[in-house]
Amino acid sequence: MLQNLLPQASSFAADIDLLWVVLSVIIWFWFACAQGMFFWLLWRYRYQEGVPAQYITGNEKHLKRWITVPHALIILCDLVVIAGAMSVWYNVKQNLPEPDLTVRVVAQQWAWSFIHPGPDGEIDTDDDIKTVDDLNLVEGKTYHFKLESRDVLHSFSIPVFRLKQDAIPGREITGWFTPIKTGTYDIQCAEMCGIGHGIMAAHVVIRTEADHEAWLATGGN
Amino acid sequence: MSEAVKIDGAHGHDDHHHHEPTFLEKWIFPLDHKFIGMQYLFTGMFMALFGGFFVYAFRMQLAFPGMSVPGYGTVSPAEYNMLITNHGSVMIFWVAMPVLIAAFGNFLIPLMIGADDMVFPKLNRLSFQLFLTSVLILMASWFVEGGGFGGAWTSYPPLSADSNYSMTPLGSSLWLTAVAVEFAAFLVGGINFITTAMNSRAPGMKAQDVPMTVWMICLASILFMASVGPLIAGAIMLFFDQMVGTGFFDPRRGGDPILWQHLFWFFGHPEVYVVLLPACGFVADVITVFARKKLFGYQTILYTAIGTGSLSFFVWAHHQFIAGIDPRMANIFTVTTVLISIPIAEMMFLFIATLYGGSIRFTVPMLWALAFIAEFLIGGVTGIYLGASGMDIYFHDTYFVIAHFHYTFFPIAFIGTFTALTFWFPKMFGRMMNETLGKVHFWGTVIPLNTIFIPLFFLGAAGQHRRIYNYNHFPDLSTPDLQNLRIMATMSLLVLLAFQAVFLFNFFYSMIAGEKASANPWKSNTLEWTTSSPPPHGNWHPDDMPKVYRGPYEYSVPGREDDYWPQNEPA
Repeated sequence: MLQNLLPQASSFAADIDLLWVVLSVIIWFWFACAQGMFFWLLWRYRYQEGVPAQYITGNEKHLKRWITVPHALIILCDLVVIAGAMSVWYNVKQNLPEPDLTVRVVAQQWAWSFIHPGPDGEIDTDDDIKTVDDLNLVEGKTYHFKLESRDVLHSFSIPVFRLKQDAIPGREITGWFTPIKTGTYDIQCAEMCGIGHGIMAAHVVIRTEADHEAWLATGGN
Repeated sequence: MSEAVKIDGAHGHDDHHHHEPTFLEKWIFPLDHKFIGMQYLFTGMFMALFGGFFVYAFRMQLAFPGMSVPGYGTVSPAEYNMLITNHGSVMIFWVAMPVLIAAFGNFLIPLMIGADDMVFPKLNRLSFQLFLTSVLILMASWFVEGGGFGGAWTSYPPLSADSNYSMTPLGSSLWLTAVAVEFAAFLVGGINFITTAMNSRAPGMKAQDVPMTVWMICLASILFMASVGPLIAGAIMLFFDQMVGTGFFDPRRGGDPILWQHLFWFFGHPEVYVVLLPACGFVADVITVFARKKLFGYQTILYTAIGTGSLSFFVWAHHQFIAGIDPRMANIFTVTTVLISIPIAEMMFLFIATLYGGSIRFTVPMLWALAFIAEFLIGGVTGIYLGASGMDIYFHDTYFVIAHFHYTFFPIAFIGTFTALTFWFPKMFGRMMNETLGKVHFWGTVIPLNTIFIPLFFLGAAGQHRRIYNYNHFPDLSTPDLQNLRIMATMSLLVLLAFQAVFLFNFFYSMIAGEKASANPWKSNTLEWTTSSPPPHGNWHPDDMPKVYRGPYEYSVPGREDDYWPQNEPA
């Protein structure tokens, strides 16, 4: 289970982990069937003195069933995979809920800048708080992020959110998340961006509303 | 098209019958398809040494960050990027492509269809010369000022387009030139394969009498020809961006960096099937011989290959789900990507079904062919996670992707190659390889293969991204558990690399001192086994060219004393 490897810190992390379970059940069931059949055939039809191979063309109806039936079942499973993938995708990437707050995320070689709304709760005003490599969020609030790049491609990835979005110079890409778990977690750059790609680390700090107020009061220090 | 059509003037054999080819004519500038195949084979094997050395250096860095890697030294971040970039480029473009398609395509196609050579031997020679040029350009790129290109094998602009960003002004341009020249080489070669298979088949050889290997290499060549155009165009545009100052991919000048991704992956995904299909062809030919069975559903396998190849043109954007394309597009490409599982799963099922009712002999080539099926299945099924757009949000660009595609590419490029090489070695060099050493090499490769890549699935699932030279910068990823997985993968790699020495010894020793091979040591049906091992120049005596009376997989036909029935034997 993915949540045993790393926490689910966004509202949609559990959906993605559930999709992982659904896919895993389908995938490893078919994998076990195919490998099981494969190894059984290898053992059953190993070379034995005096036992010749059979002449089978592949047009025998009773044998073709072993291909056509799994074939049809795989199409059914594919429909489940597609439906699951699309519904998660729709919630994470297509259907952006109304935000409580908005943050700007600016990627450049090789640092992340974050512009947070100040005490007024609005972005692009005088009291915005700008930080480097340090994203500060409030637990339970829904955020929009506006992602830009100053130079090359980067990718804004927060594994505990199960979220990733490439940053493209010349564009502003909007996405969303709702943090649901306090703590400090990694942000990674997930797109090759040059010599410093490996050190383009940042972290996200998720606080309760009260703690966040205290952080705001310090002016972001 | 059952009759062979000869194209006059293209052969040049008449000249050669008058005198023995000199060393220069035979080995340096050969026209004979067998020697051109060997040139490709040895060049590919030579390049694999570099691909292997690169992965050794950067895996050591990942397991023991900051250590001085024996035989390499300390790996700097810039060098790390260069190593991963060139490991990928070399293994795909300079190992898998030349060996699977060019080496075996050249060696096998004329022999398997009963022709004396390719229809365009001089184009064939040109193809190799272009390829060799690309090798030299690529190798030069590693040693120029600024170092080799480090922008990943996908070479995404603006990083790759502007040396202010990449800091490898010469490395990027030489890398790109090498890739473009290499594509030209395979275009020329592919034209030859397709034309030869269409026109030079032995009398009586109908489409359904053509061995799978030939079919698959031709289908791969068609896929390559149909997909490579956009990438060559893209490469030229990128080259202009680098050298002339155009802005095709530069947003500051109205360009679009995502355009490159479309051009690259429109080629890049079919490319997977370009190398997959030949490996599937080898597997089909080898399992039929050693199970002494007719291929289960010859036509269906062909249709699944064509279906997979056609669908592969409509899946490219699954590499770009989170790249900033319109999110609605992801839905379309999820459907096409998941659909591709149907034909390819069916092909694997048909291979497995071929084993039913067989009399299976576990020779070394058969072990490799079976391992291909078992291991490729892992690569195939894990692709479904990544094709499912919702899941890819998390898995994209993590080690899960690395583990997935190595479970496809390793079976294709290495297990597929070892299948073919151990099977056709007697025909190529006239001697048998050592079975015991072959089995030692087999288990010494297949076991560590799994212990390398299974840990990487877990690392990817834990959120570890690709192309990062030291995970100590990320607190969540610096735990001892995760580091142990990295060390396990690296140690397994060392074991795997060490066992390749067994192969190299067996390969070269058997070439000189192996047991002499008869014309048909595996009791196989296809035409290449009807001539001597190794075949003479012109493949058969000109008065004794083979004629074809039946399909390639008539094994264990009831009522016959022998359990095989060569294609050229009159009924």
